[in-house]
Amino acid sequence: MATAVADATAGAPAPEAPIEAFTVTLIIRRFDPDVDDEPRWQDFDVQMFATDRILDALHKIKWEQDGSLTFRRSCAHGICGSDAMRINGRNRLACKTLIKDLDITKPIYVEAIKGLPLEKDLIVDMEPFFASYREVQPFLQSATEPPKDKERVQSVADRARFDDTTKCILCAACTSSCPVFWTDGQYFGPAAIVNAHRFIFDSRDEAASTRLDILNDKEGVWRCRTTFNCTDACPRGIQVTQAIAEVKQAIMRGKP
Amino acid sequence: MAINTAGTMTPKRPAGTLYRGREGMWSWVLHRITGVAIFFFLLVHILDTSMVRISPEAYNAVISTYQNPIMGLGETALVAAIVYHAFNGIRIILIDLWSKGAKYQRVMFWVVIGLWVVTMLGFAPRHLINVFSHVGGA
Repeated sequence: MATAVADATAGAPAPEAPIEAFTVTLIIRRFDPDVDDEPRWQDFDVQMFATDRILDALHKIKWEQDGSLTFRRSCAHGICGSDAMRINGRNRLACKTLIKDLDITKPIYVEAIKGLPLEKDLIVDMEPFFASYREVQPFLQSATEPPKDKERVQSVADRARFDDTTKCILCAACTSSCPVFWTDGQYFGPAAIVNAHRFIFDSRDEAASTRLDILNDKEGVWRCRTTFNCTDACPRGIQVTQAIAEVKQAIMRGKP
Repeated sequence: MAINTAGTMTPKRPAGTLYRGREGMWSWVLHRITGVAIFFFLLVHILDTSMVRISPEAYNAVISTYQNPIMGLGETALVAAIVYHAFNGIRIILIDLWSKGAKYQRVMFWVVIGLWVVTMLGFAPRHLINVFSHVGGA
């Protein structure tokens, strides 16, 4: 790869077919709390390549057309979890949604995630989401000391038990795709349960029963109606509904 | 909806788009609608059945008002709702209690729809022939 790039810059550039660009229409749900009483839809036409992402389209709009467009993004590579938004009616990360995977003969609808207070354009107040996350005590708790100068040992099988739920990036795509969460925002939400699952099923942790008690609440796991929106929305491919079902079963058993 | 310069439709309503969930979400929507409908049926059903405590004649009078094609179609809809709610209820129990339930939820949804179709094919013609053969007489 490196030599190919070096050759291309050193030698005469070979005549290449120009990469085809498309005009893509994005209809974005805008909201400026200083001006608007309610959100409004605004459309933008941008030239995009098939390999571009929705995040690139948002950048192009912000940098070239309307600097007031407001959205969060940090790493832009699907790890930080900043840019979860509703793209064509489904929660996705803007940085992981390629133009080629969408039907660009129709406009692409982009709006903020649902169920959390809208602050501006594509930005919502994430505090209620993080409050639920903190409530499930998402940290290792153990009363026993680890072996002297050693880490706490765990078998491969014990580690694999909760591997799926370690992948969460707290983007809120799952929680804000949940119809139960939309109704009043009181439900803990899939993300908090996923992060509780990560410690409940960790053989090194000793506070599983505390977390099971917390989730055995009327706003806990029993509000899950198995719509599987969270599993479909998760950009990390976590089997969220499966994890919630495992927590339900653990509560019924009284132990992980 | 208004047509803008780009020739695309811009929704006027400030509400967001409808969330485009998949089978799981729509199975839940149907489960909720059929559940509420069955609840209202049961309410009426308990009321009309309790008429027998007042007098058998009052009970018969109420039940005889049901003997018409509109109620016959309503009964078909009621059975359709109950059959879906019952089969999907089993699917939800399996999702919660069977370790592979979540994995096969989509397949199970289509099994529910299949069983619903088979049950209704067995029930609806038999029932509707019964209902409409009494129209105008008996």
